[in-house]
Amino acid sequence: MGNPTLSWNPIEDVHELLSYQFMVNALQAGTIVAVMAGVVGWFVVLRRQSFAAHTTAMMSFPGASGAALFGLPSTLGYYLACGVAALAIGRSGGAGRRGRSGESAAVGVVQVAGLALGFLFLSLYSGVLEQLETLLFGTFLGIDRNQVLTLAIVAILVLAALILLGRPLLLCSLDPEAARARGLPVGFIDVGFLLIIGLTVAATSQITGALLVFALLIAPAAAAQALTPRPALSLALSVVFALLVMWLGLGISYFSIYPLGFFVTSVGFGLFVAAKLVRRVGVARRRPQSPESSPAAVMA
Amino acid sequence: MPPMPTTASRPDHVLPMPTASRPAAGDMPAIELRDARTSRGGRVVWSEVELSVFPGEFVAVLGPNGSGKSTLLKAILGLVQTAPGALSVLGGPAGAANREIGYLPQRHGFDSTLPIRGIDLVRLGLDGARWGVPLPRLPRLPLLRRNWGRGDVPARSSERVREVIELVGAEAYAERPLGELSGGEQQRILIAQALVRRPQILMLDEPLDSLDLPNQAAVSALVQRICRSENVAVLLVAHDVNPLLSYLDQVIYLAGGRALQGAVREVITGPKLSELYGVEIEVLRTRDGRLVVVGQPEAPHVHGHRHD
Repeated sequence: MGNPTLSWNPIEDVHELLSYQFMVNALQAGTIVAVMAGVVGWFVVLRRQSFAAHTTAMMSFPGASGAALFGLPSTLGYYLACGVAALAIGRSGGAGRRGRSGESAAVGVVQVAGLALGFLFLSLYSGVLEQLETLLFGTFLGIDRNQVLTLAIVAILVLAALILLGRPLLLCSLDPEAARARGLPVGFIDVGFLLIIGLTVAATSQITGALLVFALLIAPAAAAQALTPRPALSLALSVVFALLVMWLGLGISYFSIYPLGFFVTSVGFGLFVAAKLVRRVGVARRRPQSPESSPAAVMA
Repeated sequence: MPPMPTTASRPDHVLPMPTASRPAAGDMPAIELRDARTSRGGRVVWSEVELSVFPGEFVAVLGPNGSGKSTLLKAILGLVQTAPGALSVLGGPAGAANREIGYLPQRHGFDSTLPIRGIDLVRLGLDGARWGVPLPRLPRLPLLRRNWGRGDVPARSSERVREVIELVGAEAYAERPLGELSGGEQQRILIAQALVRRPQILMLDEPLDSLDLPNQAAVSALVQRICRSENVAVLLVAHDVNPLLSYLDQVIYLAGGRALQGAVREVITGPKLSELYGVEIEVLRTRDGRLVVVGQPEAPHVHGHRHD
């Protein structure tokens, strides 16, 4: 792609950026993935399921090596492996009746089992897994129209499922016992959300790589939740931050010789640190003004 | 330990009748158990349990740890199996009328980073079981309009949320993050959440746990006031009866796989508890009216003040 240089005229730079089809594809794919990761990540952070999401992300390794072994498209391998891992976490007591306390051990077991399986596939394949670095750290080069279309379909599925689950998922996350008493299928909702995580992670890791999924999935959501206690506002902020991370990351890496993953992660990390600082200042300012409500006031 | 403020500082209009006469025979109990039994993992938790709770009645569920107090609430919700026919809730089988039950499970506080305000939690009490996203200020899409929960239109829901927050006296902090509220404040928000759909039955599992004494008294008074003004049948699980003494109508005492129901003064006596536990139990009454149960087989957690 020649030698792109930053002209310091933003309009011209963006114009140059958009003159390449591969860059348009990357931006479209990145935008789709960012919206999805921003929304799903908000629930992941709320439900403290980062470890489950991380494990699902690791499953792109067995997904890719398995796909190579069985001669399947690697994208299909990603989705299959992530989906199976989500179900395995759900079935192994990670979600549902026993609550989330026992989850981390079960998730850890699923993770090593998946990685070991991936290694086995790789040995059986006995070839070199191409683009291992891409698998781990992502790329924005060579995203074709089909990939963009697939991402769009997955995003629509995921967002539609979340719109349907919305409030019950929130209630189950905050108060599973009460949700069960209200007749909500808590176990079904838990497994359903794990599947949503699986789809989202598989989609996101195609751009950010398996190791850097969290830059989009966790960092924007955690930053947004640190800034406001209003659920709707923090959800919207989470999406805005994810878009910011993705667009800035893509923009910078186009004009740089260094990889996309680094910039995406750096922007995400920067946002997170900034949000935590803002929150600390805000809490310190709020605290003296909020005296404990006196019990007498309630009795009156 | 400071003395209980319940008798001294209680305003007149919440003055309870310590042994309220039970409703007339013609009234239907909100909850009724007849020779009920339940088991968990092959072990019988309790059996031959007879009890009834009427609308507007405030009943505490007492007993040592592991005696099946929480299981009783879950049985009433239909989440734990009991023999068919033994349990009637609002005239039907358990689990059939859960939307008429406000349930507050035992819990241990909220994380301080939770992006949820008190008012959001109360609102989830109203519409949290509905599928679809909340679109509070936008015109609702026809597709999402179908309510799978209750049939009413959510136009007045904001008003109802505000009303119930006022009822529990949480106006001052309802807009603050849940995790930053004190235990007593969180408890009032949770009670508001359980009440927001105007249930006929309110079940609270250890709501006084981890509250300091003034807040235990205040929450007890609040629950009694709601019980009377909303005519709700209230079942409250507690490990200490003393903060509740002046507000209760009845107690259910679970121990040794059996249950006793009646007024505090009838049930929490040496002979009755000795019979229930099967060992010699003594009930002491302090000068300010508090009850101390001595000689239980387990550690004296039932009537000992525990603050953790």
